[in-house]
This record gives sequence, C-alpha cells and structure tokens, in this order.
Amino acid sequence: MKKTKRTTTTGEPPLVLIVDDFPDNRQMYAEYLSFAGLKVAEAANGNEALEKAGELLPDLIVMDLSLPGIDGWEATRRLKSDARTRHILIMALTGHALAGHSKGAIEAGCDAFVTKPCLPDRLLEEIRRMLATSKKTKSGR
Amino acid sequence: MIRFSEVRTLGRSDVGVDAGARLALVEMMLASDDAIDAARRSLEWLARHARLRAGICLISTEDDVARLTPGAVHGLHAGALNGFVVDLEERGHPLVAVAFGLRPAAFSADDLKSDLRLVTPLGLIGYQALPLHALQGKDEPPAGLLLVAGVPAARARDLHWVAQILGHRVARLRSTRGLADAERRLRRERALLYNVINAVSDPVLLTDTGGRMIIANARAELLLASREDDSEGRRRAVALNNMLFSSALAQSAIADAPFRHELLLVDPTEGSDLLFELLSAPVGDAREGDGIVSILRNVTDLRKATEEIEENYTKLRVAEAHVRGERDRLDLIIDSVADPIVVTDPAGNIAMMNAPAERLFTVRPEVGEHGHRAVRANDAHFSSFVSNLFFEGDALRRTGSIGLVDPQTGRPLPVEAISGKIMSEHGEITAVVTILHDRTEELEKQRLYEQLKRASDELEQKVREATGELVRQNELLRRQHIELEQASALKSQFLANMSHEFRTPLNAILGYTAMLLQGVSGRLSPGQERNLQRVDSNANHLLSIINDILDISRIEAGKMPLTMTEFRLSTLMAEVMAEVEPLIGRTQLSVNSEIDKRIQLVRTDRQKVKQIVINLLTNALKFTQHGSVRLVTSYRKATDEIAIAVADTGIGIAPSDRATIFEDFRQADSSPTREYGGAGLGLSICRRLASMLGGQITLASEVGRGSTFTLLIPRRPRRR
Repeated sequence: MKKTKRTTTTGEPPLVLIVDDFPDNRQMYAEYLSFAGLKVAEAANGNEALEKAGELLPDLIVMDLSLPGIDGWEATRRLKSDARTRHILIMALTGHALAGHSKGAIEAGCDAFVTKPCLPDRLLEEIRRMLATSKKTKSGR
Repeated sequence: MIRFSEVRTLGRSDVGVDAGARLALVEMMLASDDAIDAARRSLEWLARHARLRAGICLISTEDDVARLTPGAVHGLHAGALNGFVVDLEERGHPLVAVAFGLRPAAFSADDLKSDLRLVTPLGLIGYQALPLHALQGKDEPPAGLLLVAGVPAARARDLHWVAQILGHRVARLRSTRGLADAERRLRRERALLYNVINAVSDPVLLTDTGGRMIIANARAELLLASREDDSEGRRRAVALNNMLFSSALAQSAIADAPFRHELLLVDPTEGSDLLFELLSAPVGDAREGDGIVSILRNVTDLRKATEEIEENYTKLRVAEAHVRGERDRLDLIIDSVADPIVVTDPAGNIAMMNAPAERLFTVRPEVGEHGHRAVRANDAHFSSFVSNLFFEGDALRRTGSIGLVDPQTGRPLPVEAISGKIMSEHGEITAVVTILHDRTEELEKQRLYEQLKRASDELEQKVREATGELVRQNELLRRQHIELEQASALKSQFLANMSHEFRTPLNAILGYTAMLLQGVSGRLSPGQERNLQRVDSNANHLLSIINDILDISRIEAGKMPLTMTEFRLSTLMAEVMAEVEPLIGRTQLSVNSEIDKRIQLVRTDRQKVKQIVINLLTNALKFTQHGSVRLVTSYRKATDEIAIAVADTGIGIAPSDRATIFEDFRQADSSPTREYGGAGLGLSICRRLASMLGGQITLASEVGRGSTFTLLIPRRPRRR
C-alpha cells in the first residue's frame, strides 16, 4: 500500500489515542496509523488513558475494554461525563466477542465497537469513517 | 165338720137307754178333735156307765194305717202294753178278722188258751173286741179296735153304741186329719216341686195340647211370659218366642214321641240370640187332659263352645300344617347349608343334623375301620365341646375350634364351631344348635396370606432399600449435576477467556502479517511473501477454530441470542452462493442452486441459517473431488417447513459414522493422519443452531456416491 498523508481541514492530521495494555497490539496499530499519516498517542492503562486524553484532547480514542486498573468502560464513562473530553470519539476494541461486551460499551458511551482480531487496515478504515461522519455532523451544524 | 142330721138320727135311736150320759159323750166327742182324746173319754165313759174294768183302744196312726196301736187304755199299767200292736196286714190273725169284720166278738179265757194270738195286755181273761168303723164307707180300712173286759151283757147296747160313735169319730178325725195332712203335704210337695223346677236352670214348662202354658218355671217365664208393664221390646220378644215355641211344639205333636228339636229364641232382656234344644214329651192325664212337658236346654254356650272347639281345632290343624311346613322348610334350609349343623338335646344326644353333619358323625358302610375311628373321634370332640356349653351356665354361645377328621378321606378337618343354646320360655335349655364351619380353606388362605405378606414385606423392604439407594443416587446425581453445571459454566467461561486470550496474540500476528504483506516495512521478496501468506492463512484458520469454539461455548452457555427477522430465502441463498464463490473457484466442481418459487418470505434467524448453509456448502466442497454440489430449497407444505439441501457426489459417510459426525471435534476420519483439515466443529455447531431454530439436520449418504445434508426449519416460528 502507498504511504499517503491525510490531513484534517485545518491541515493538521487527526490525533488518535490508542489505549491497550498489550504493547504489541498497541504498537502495531500505532505504527500502522502513523504509517497511514495519523498522529498517534499511546496509553497502556485506564489512568494513563484519562491523563493523556485530558492533556492531548485527541480526535479519537481506540479503547481496549479489558484494562488493568480503571477499565475501558469506566474510562469511557468518565471521559463522556467530562465536558472537556465529551466530544472525543471513542472506538471500543475488544477480544471479547460476547454480546454483553458491545452492549456494555455502547451504554458506557462508546461511539463504535470493533472486535479483535481487527487488522490494522480495517481499523484505519473504521477510524476514517468515524472521523468523516463526525466532521459531517459538525459541519452540518 | 159334724152334720147335725146325723147326730139327731143317732140320738133318736139310742136316747132311751141313758139319754143324758149318751148326750154328754156325744158332746165330748164332738168337742174333741183328737182321736186319742176321744178314745180315752170313751173308755172313761164306759168305765163309769158300763162297768168297764179294763180296756184298750187300738187305733190306726196317721203314719201307718196298717198298724193298730194302743191310743188309750183303762185299768192297765202303761208298762203292761209292752209294744202291743195289731198288724192289719196279718189277715189270719183273729183280732184282724174282727177289725175288718163289722161285728163285735167275745173271747173267753178258754179261747185265749186255745189261741195265744188272742192274748192281749188285758191278761188271761175273757174280753170283747169291737171293730171301730166309719158309718159310711165300710170298705175303708178299720179305724181301730176296742178291747174291753168286764162289761156285762146288759150294757152290750151301750158298748156297741160307744164303739159305733167312737169308730165314726175316729174314722172321721182320721179322714179330716189325713185330708189336711195330705193337702199340707201336697202343698209342700208342690212348693218343693216348684223350687226344684225353678232351680233347674233350663226353662221347663207344661203346656196343653193347644200350646197354652200350664206350668212354667222362672226361666221359662222369663222367655215366654210377659206382663202389661213390661217394655215394648220385651213383650215383642216374648211374643216372638211364643210363636217360635208353639210352632216347635206343633211339630213335636206330630212326632208323637219324645222329641228333640233346636229352637232359636230371643233373650227378651238382652236381645241376644239363645239357642235351645227342645225336649218335649206328651203326658196323658185322665183328669187334667193331655199335655206336653217341654224342657229347653240352653245350648247357646254349648254351641259357642262347640264352635270354638271346632275353630280351635281348625286353628290347630292350620298351625300344625304350618309347623309341619316350617319344619320341612327348616329341614330344607338346614340341609341346603353346606356347613354341618347339629342339634343336640339337653341330654347331649344328637337330635337332628343335616347331610354335611351326617358325613362327619354317622358311620357309613362304605367307610372302613379308619372311618369308624374318625366318627368316634369326631363324636368325642364334638360332645366335649357342646358339653362345655351346658356347664358354662349363663353363656348362651360358645365359639371354638375343633380338630375333626373327614371319615371319607381321613384328612384332618379343622372347623370353627359356633354353638348356641335354645332356651324355653321357662329358661330351660331345650336344645343346643351347633354350626361347624370348615376352616381348611380359611387356614390355607391365611397361610397363603402370610406367605404373601412375608413376600410383600420383603418386597417392601427391598423397595425401601432400593428407594433409599435411589435417593442416595439422586442426591449424588444432583450433586454431580451441580458440579457438572458448575464445571460446564467454568468450561464456558474458560473457553470464553481462552478465546480472548487467543485473540490478543492472534490479533498481533494477523496485524503484523497484514502490515508486512502490505509492505509497511518495505517490499518483500516473492519467497518471503509466499511464506508470509502461509502464516496469514494458518493464523486465519486458527482464528476460525477459535470462533467455532466460542460459538459452541456461547450456545452451551445459553448466550447465543436469536434474532428473528422476515426475509426472502432466495436472496439469502444468492448471498450464500456469492460468499462461497471464491471456494468454488478453486475446484473443478459444477455447483448450482435450485430455489423453490413457492417459498417467498420466511421468518427465522437469518444469520444462523446463513452460517449453517455456508458450513454445509463448505463441507461439501471440501469432501468432493469430482462431480457436483447442488443447493436445493423446497417447501414441505404438510409441516410448513422449508428444506435446504446440500447434495454432493463426494466420498459419502458410512452408516456407522452418521451419528458421530454431528458430535464435537469429530470427523469421520479422526486419525491424526487424516486427509481433511478442520476442527470438526462445523456440523456440531450446525446441529445446535438448527435445534435453536426449531429444526434439524438430516443426512442421507452412500459411501463413494455422495451425501445429502438437509436443513429442515419451520417457515415461521412455532408457538410453543
């Protein structure tokens, strides 16, 4: 695949925070998204995710739900209940394929739900779709 | 009563002799109404006027006219008479002849010597005997005899005269006195007779031939006589009785012989009927004329008694017949009873028994010596039992068991004996009735019952033990079930966790492989790319296995949700065909689908039907080297089901493998060196999913010729 840089309307590429306690997955997605031209930040647990989200205010967070300490659901709830971070799109990503997980994630405030295994290009596709939808909605205001 | 004409006649003829003295005697005679007094005065007169020295005046008495006894004596001691009597019956006696004769006789002392019968209390001296007679009626018996001594011949006229008037007077007195006595006697007799007649309780009466009543006793008068002041009813009854009585008498007159006749009269007082037997006899009486004496005997009571007797007799006969009938019936009943019945008299002897009892207590010729012994033994046992009842006093019943022996067969015969006393009205025992009931069967039944009960008890014990065992097993099973459920839940949880844990590294493997193949890390040599493709392929296979395991654990955990939607089956089939298209492309098979046009919309879980059909198709493609694979849908109207069949011309499945291929992790060939890949979870999942949809998967196969898997599901959910 050809390396292309995608930028937002402001010229700045969108910032994606990848939250996953399994470093290989986290770094794989980070590498691929960076390769695809996105700005990427990483967090290995819930606390770090909340810190980085509050500090960086990313456009989108890829949130693994099973996390040590504050888990993905709780982190999402806190982010979505904070006015400063409420607008951040959150994509839940989990290896748990059971129905209860997606339902719980949506209830916690996630904007999308993707199950592992999820190939990097498919993740990128989903992120772009979400960002495009969000931009449309925002511009439509 | 003296007739003066007679006295004048007497006086005129004798007055010349001693008229004054004679008159005095006559007056005295007339004044005396006693013969003895007259006789005494006559002797005294003779002593005064005719020189009588001694004299005896014999006169007949009222009681006995045939004997002349001294009425008066003169010049003699009373003791000298010494029972002197003259028996007039003694006709040969000289004095009797004088008495009957009319003339006086004189007997000298010599006469007395020659005939001692002439000796009187006057002594052995001569005397004169003068008969005393009534003036008229000389044929009458002499009234007396006058014996005198010492009267001179010169006074013979006076003596004769005295004898004449004394005879007349004595005869007269005797006759008047006799008349009065007779009348008195007659009256007395008549009264007596009346009393007698009246005392007779039966009516007695004398009637003249015309039926007029002459004499009737009180009873007869009660029936046949009425007075003016009697009640109308009584008079009418009396009139009726008279009529009936006269009529009966008229018949008796014709009969002219002692006559018996039944006569029904009315009791005038009571008004009730009285039945009499009339006995009448004619009586002839010259003076009174013919009459009929009738005696009515009241036979009302007799008739009643007779009737009662007859009635009682009839009753008795009826009762007797009844008793006989009862007895016959009783005999019949007793004989018809199968149990022996014995009636014993108070002496302990058998008075009666029925046929079954006879079998036990009488000797029959056909039984041998043992039979005789049995009968004797039975008799002894029975007598002993019954005698106890006699001695038991107040007890009316006695029940007990006796061990008898059947004389015919010699078999023991246990019987239950029930004896009852039959008491008379006076509380004496008249009989004892005993019924013997054969207990053989009962004892046998009891024995069988006990056996049965024992068997039943054993069975019950066994059942109880078995039940206890079952309870223990159940408890064990329950625990095992819980443990299994827990294990199953743990397994599902474990599998879910495992699947998650598998996915995490697999995600990295697949991700990095895809990145490498995409050239994220630079271009790859053709060898590197080919090998990396294999990594990718195997990783994907591993993922599909993990997904299958996850599906099964979901289904088992009940966490596989059904999503029912309505859709076109043809659309779904086209989708399925499109999805397996890449697989078909790798084969040389002819693959086609036939869709039944009758099926339009179906309602079920679309995703699961799709999963099943893809699985079946994938299998078919996998196990078929040559020929074709066909996807055929059809509609089964009878059950409102749709059938989706996948038919291949593959290797086929042996009958022995057909059941197991649906099991988890099974392939027909489970050897480690098997030809075909796959975890063997596909059919197992398909079977489970079909079941969830209310359907099933059937298999028809022939080894070497191919297999047809058919999914059968309801066209729309069925209400359970």
